[in-house]
Amino acid sequence: MERGLNMRASQVLAVLVSGMLFGFGLALSTMVSPEVVLSFLQWRDAGLMLVMGGALVVTLLAYRFGPLVLKRPLLGGEFGHHVAVMDRDTLVGAAIFGVGWGLCGVCPGPAIAGLGAGQVELLWALAGIFAGAGLQGWQASR
Amino acid sequence: MTSTLFPLGWVHYLSGGLLIGSGVALLFLLTGRIGGMSTVFSSTWSFVSRASYFQQERFTGSRVWRLIYAAGLIGGAAMWWASFGGGQRLSTGVPAWQLLVGGLLVGYGARLSNGCTSGHGICGLGSLQVPSLAAVLTFMATAFATAQAVVAWNGG
Repeated sequence: MERGLNMRASQVLAVLVSGMLFGFGLALSTMVSPEVVLSFLQWRDAGLMLVMGGALVVTLLAYRFGPLVLKRPLLGGEFGHHVAVMDRDTLVGAAIFGVGWGLCGVCPGPAIAGLGAGQVELLWALAGIFAGAGLQGWQASR
Repeated sequence: MTSTLFPLGWVHYLSGGLLIGSGVALLFLLTGRIGGMSTVFSSTWSFVSRASYFQQERFTGSRVWRLIYAAGLIGGAAMWWASFGGGQRLSTGVPAWQLLVGGLLVGYGARLSNGCTSGHGICGLGSLQVPSLAAVLTFMATAFATAQAVVAWNGG
């Protein structure tokens, strides 16, 4: 049941290092600064396209060719799949997410990574995201 | 051309993006996991809430590695700060209420949609998922509209 607690040390290290690459990239690309994200959304700086495009190309290659070259992940287990469904929740949720993102310039990754760069103001956004996720789950449970 | 599209330069954007992709790719090749970031905000609730939504296996079974992944995000940004940060902590002038209210909508919307900028934008598009493309186009449209409305509200 609690698979996470049975992780081998090598797996813990792999997840940690992967997260560190992600966080370093978010900081280097200045996505942890809401002002930079907002300048993209206000059409003053196209940088975010390069960030997403760069990340997407590397991910696409790994997702596409990883399972062709390797039978299973290098540290064991199975290759997972991102499953998205075309339904009302996916689109309505995305629309609401966009309104929030356009208001504050913070999305889930940078809200977490920003703390590592001393961006303590992002605790406001982090608290909001936690509360929003809690509200959604509580509603879905009723 | 590049100076108008990228007034602050473009190299750090592209190299940062490639690093983000490398993190997602490494996680997948080593462990098979799909590393979007918004799920951690639901899976962490499963530690404290008995609500049936949070007690699904996809959250209880992933909550530990997702927290380790999040810790890595903080550690990686801290390494950037220590090496390139110039000694000054980052700060933002966006008002606290805007961060809080915006965050609330971001958390609610991303979890209802089952993905955010990384979940749909990087992992979903990276798996060529049509619903993720629809989600990305939708949130880009409402984000552009909202951000421009805020500028207009503040007097341009």
